[in-house]
Amino acid sequence: MSPAYALLKRDMTLAFRAGGGAMLAVAFFGTIAALVPLGVGADLALLGRIAGGVLWVAAALSALLSLDRLFQADFEDGSLDLLALAPLSLESAAAMKICAHWLTTGLPLTLVSPLLALIFNLPAEGYLALIGALAIGTPSLSAVGAIGAALTLSVRRGGLILALIVLPLITPAVIFGAGAVLTSLEGGGSAAFLFLAAFALGTVLLAPFAAAAAVRLNLAG
Amino acid sequence: MTNLSLSARLTALANPKRFLDLSGMLLPWVGGVAALLLGTGLYMSLFTAPPDYQQGETVRIMFVHVPAAWMGMFVYGVIATASLMGLVFKHPLADLSAKAAAPLGAGFTALALFTGAMWGKPMWGTYWVWDARLTSELILLFIYLGYIALWDAIEDPQRAAKAAAVLALVGVVNLPIIHFSVDWWNTLHQPASLLREGGSGIHPAFLKPLLLMAVGYNVLFVWLWFLRIRTEIFRRRSRSLMLAKGAGL
Repeated sequence: MSPAYALLKRDMTLAFRAGGGAMLAVAFFGTIAALVPLGVGADLALLGRIAGGVLWVAAALSALLSLDRLFQADFEDGSLDLLALAPLSLESAAAMKICAHWLTTGLPLTLVSPLLALIFNLPAEGYLALIGALAIGTPSLSAVGAIGAALTLSVRRGGLILALIVLPLITPAVIFGAGAVLTSLEGGGSAAFLFLAAFALGTVLLAPFAAAAAVRLNLAG
Repeated sequence: MTNLSLSARLTALANPKRFLDLSGMLLPWVGGVAALLLGTGLYMSLFTAPPDYQQGETVRIMFVHVPAAWMGMFVYGVIATASLMGLVFKHPLADLSAKAAAPLGAGFTALALFTGAMWGKPMWGTYWVWDARLTSELILLFIYLGYIALWDAIEDPQRAAKAAAVLALVGVVNLPIIHFSVDWWNTLHQPASLLREGGSGIHPAFLKPLLLMAVGYNVLFVWLWFLRIRTEIFRRRSRSLMLAKGAGL
């Protein structure tokens, strides 16, 4: 078993056995989505129009939920030091952690999104766009989030500051993700998808390096 | 010493003692120039500039608003450059200068947002319009706040400096993307724009006070920036003195 795969398997096992796994993020996602109609009223036409935006904001918040423990738990019990010494670069370790985070939040959220779209009365032509945009775009939430998690790993109760750092940086994902759903309803082109994919590819490619640098500076000294 | 390397020269300038001497000498002059430029610029923009044929007297808000918006972005560039210097040359003064610039940049951005809202009420009939530029400025303000909060949250100053530097560099890569995405979002939601600034070119009567104000803002920033860096150096010195005293040395 390669070190990278071992780390991925360990993080997934931990997430499912100790962290509530995907269920927690999915339940949170659903709860936020259910609060919105209670706040803005049950106008089905309005809900159908804002469904994409609401689900994207909910997805961004759900991704934040488990981020603060991404590196911090390993930092506190010392396994991050062992990871730094392991025959695996910190960049690869960060990439594996991003991957595990996406598999336990982004992917399940994408899978349940049609259900929530149903209660939001999203028109039928929006479904494919919503699922596609979430599948393409949510990896960027985990990637940018990992940078924030690595930067704040030595901060006690760093959850709030993590949100303050990460949320402005992921605005492009929310804009293009919700935009993709909206343009599909209006029969527009695929520009939003392409921009979203570009943003996701760029962040997934670069984030492991920034996150590894942030982990390194927190381990040194 | 003609073959002195660039990094050696930068390091020579970055010596805190030399910085304190030099900035102490320059500070009153920089402050005076800032007061002169801003005084003249404000007088011209408030009294001698003619009212705009479309915007009337409200155009005067622009002389305060536009340079503030420019400075909000410019100061972020300063922070990113200083952060890069701090990471590459590992010099504490670069870290300090990045830290000292952040609240100033946030202040300029907040001023731009406030004056933008003031201008929006008479022009658009409402204080806040989700205009692409204003929205970008708002996100920039949040990025500043996150950067400042990260500095404050990490106790060890060296670790805080490095973490903040990484964040500043991540932000500088992301800012153009955010700006672009907000522009795209704006065309998606508001196909017909109400009023485009600078669409017809700026008349010289407006350009002169605007440029004076822009240069004045820049000099004001340098003055406040140097002042804050000096304060930070003194604060660290007094802290290490107190620590030494507490340790009975």
